[in-house]
Amino acid sequence: MTTQDRWLLPEGIEELLPPAARRLERLRRELLDLYARWGYELVIPPLIEFLESLLTGAGDDLELQTFKLTDQLSGRMMGVRADMTPQVARMDAHLIKRPGPTRLCYMGLVLRTRVDGFGGSRSPYQAGVELYGHRGHESDLEVLTLMLETLAVAGVNEVHLDLGHVAIFRELVRLAGLDREREALLFEALQRQALPEIRQYLAAWALPVPNTDLLLALAELNGGTEVLDEAELRLADAGRGVGEALATLRRLVTALRQQWPELPIHVDLAELRGYHYHTGVVFAAYVPGQGQAVAQGGRYDEIGQVFGRARPATGFSTDLATLLLLGSTPTTSGSGIYAPSLADAALDQRVAELRAQGERVIRALPGADVEPRDLGCDRVLVRREQAWIVIPLAEAVA
Amino acid sequence: MTMLLTIALSKGRIFQETLPLLAAAGILPVDDPETSRKLILDTNQPDVKLVIIRATDVPTYVQYGAADLGVAGKDVLIEHGGEGLYEPLDLNIARCRLMVAGHPDHRPQRSRPRIATKYPNTTRRYFADQGRQVEVIKLYGSMELAPLVGLADYIVDVVDTGNTLKANGLAPLEHIADISSRLIVNKAAMKMKHARIKTIIERMAAAVAA
Repeated sequence: MTTQDRWLLPEGIEELLPPAARRLERLRRELLDLYARWGYELVIPPLIEFLESLLTGAGDDLELQTFKLTDQLSGRMMGVRADMTPQVARMDAHLIKRPGPTRLCYMGLVLRTRVDGFGGSRSPYQAGVELYGHRGHESDLEVLTLMLETLAVAGVNEVHLDLGHVAIFRELVRLAGLDREREALLFEALQRQALPEIRQYLAAWALPVPNTDLLLALAELNGGTEVLDEAELRLADAGRGVGEALATLRRLVTALRQQWPELPIHVDLAELRGYHYHTGVVFAAYVPGQGQAVAQGGRYDEIGQVFGRARPATGFSTDLATLLLLGSTPTTSGSGIYAPSLADAALDQRVAELRAQGERVIRALPGADVEPRDLGCDRVLVRREQAWIVIPLAEAVA
Repeated sequence: MTMLLTIALSKGRIFQETLPLLAAAGILPVDDPETSRKLILDTNQPDVKLVIIRATDVPTYVQYGAADLGVAGKDVLIEHGGEGLYEPLDLNIARCRLMVAGHPDHRPQRSRPRIATKYPNTTRRYFADQGRQVEVIKLYGSMELAPLVGLADYIVDVVDTGNTLKANGLAPLEHIADISSRLIVNKAAMKMKHARIKTIIERMAAAVAA
C-alpha cells in the first residue's frame, strides 16, 4: 500500500462527517422516542457472539453475510452480527421470558461480508422492532404501522407498500406433495416471476390438474388490492390454511385503508423474501427511484424454538443511513454564540449559564483567527457596561 | 402521478427483434440507435424512454432500478444470476444455444481442462454440476481463437448457425442451455408501477404468442 491510498476505506465501509453524523444521531433519537411511545423497550445486543447462537434458525443467507473469527479465550468460532433480529429473538426467548406480549426495539451497526444492493453498505445502521407473543393480524398491523410511522418520521415520502404471505406457497407445496428439490426449483422460479419456467416445471411434473392450477395462480396473483378478490376465487379450493392467510391479508388491507387512505398497496402472493424463516405475512416499503426495499419485515413464528421457547413473532427492520439519504430531515442551520477567550469569572459564569439553557457556545482560542460564522455562530457574547450580553453577529460586525 | 418508465435494450439483433413487440405495446422509438448518438432515446410516449447499452449491462441497469424494464438474453441472465429481477416473459427472439465447443478429436493433456468463455460463472457451474473440475479463462471476444492457438482446450459460447465454429475447424460438443431473450423487470418497479408494467407485459405476451 502506497502512502497515497492509506486513507482508503474498505469497500462498503462508510464514515459519517458533520453534519450527516449529527442528522443520523437526531433521527436515531427521534425513532427511539417514537418506539418508546409505542411501548417498545430498547435492547442492545452484543456486537459479537458465538456463531451457533448468532446463526441459529437464520438460514444460509445470513451465514454467508457474517464475518467470522476465532475466540482466543475459548477457541470457538464467533461472528460479528450481520442482522440483529435473531439476537433479539434469543433475548426474548432465553432471557426476558415474559408470559405475555413483549415489545422490543434495537438500533446499531451491523457488519456484512458482502455489499447487498447498489452502492450498498457493508455496515448498515440497522433499526427495527419486534413484537413477540401474539399470533393475530393485530400485531402484524401494529408493526406495519410502526414501519410506516418510522418512514414518516424520517421524512421519506411516496412510500409504496408491498404485502405477501409465505404460508400460501408453503401450503400449496404441501398440498401438491412436492419434494424439497422441486420446492426449491419452484421457489427459485417464483422469486424471478419466471412464468415460462414455472409452466415448464408444472407441465413436466404432471401434478394433478387442481394442484397445477393453484400453483400457477400463485405466480400470477400480484397487483393492486383487487388481487385479493381474484385470489379468493382462484384459491378457493386450496383449503383452510390458504383461506386463513387470505383473510389475514384482507383484514390488514382494510385496516391500512382506514389509517392510510393514500398509501399505494401492492399485493404479491408469490413474494417469498425470507421464506426460510418467515411463516406468515411479509411486507416491504418501496420508494420511487430506489431499486430495492427501504424497510421490510414480517411474521416468523418459529424462531424462538431453538432457544427453548417457540413464540409467535413479528417485526420489521430498516437502515438509518438509507432513510437519511432518502428522507428530508432538516439540517438545522448554524445557531450558536461565539464567546471571547478572556480570563474573566463573570464571562465564565455567563457561558456556563447559556450552555445550561441549551445554547451552543463556542469559546474563542487565543491566537486562532476564526470567523464566528464559519463555526455556525449567529450571535456573539460581548461586554456592555460590566455585563456580558448576547448580540446578533451582524450588530457586532457593524 | 405520472412516472417515467425506462426500458433498457442492447443494439443490434435484440433491438431489431424487440421493436415489433414494443410496437404491440404501443411504444415506438423516435430515434434510431444505429444512426443516433443519443444514449437515451425518446419514444412516441413522453413518459417512456429507451436506454441503449451493452447487452451484458442490461441486467445490472434493471437490477439497480436505473431502468424499470429490459430485454436480455437468457445467457446474460444465467451469468448475471438474476438477483433482484423478475423475468416474466420469454420473448422467443434472438434464439440460439449455449454450448461447449472445441475440436472434435481434441484430448486435453491437463487434468483440469482449460475453458475459454465470456460466461465464467455459468461455465464453472455447468462443469461443477457434472463433477468435472476445469480452469476458466475469461475472454471478451473471439472465443473460437482460443483452442486454435492452444490458449484453451474448449470454449463455452452461444452458437447460432455454427458457421463461425465450422470455419475454424471446431464443432459444438455439449448443449448447456437453449437461449432466447427475456423481458426483465426491476422488482421494486413491478411493485410501484404495476398497472403500467403489467399492461406492457400482457400486450407483448400477446404479440409473442401471435
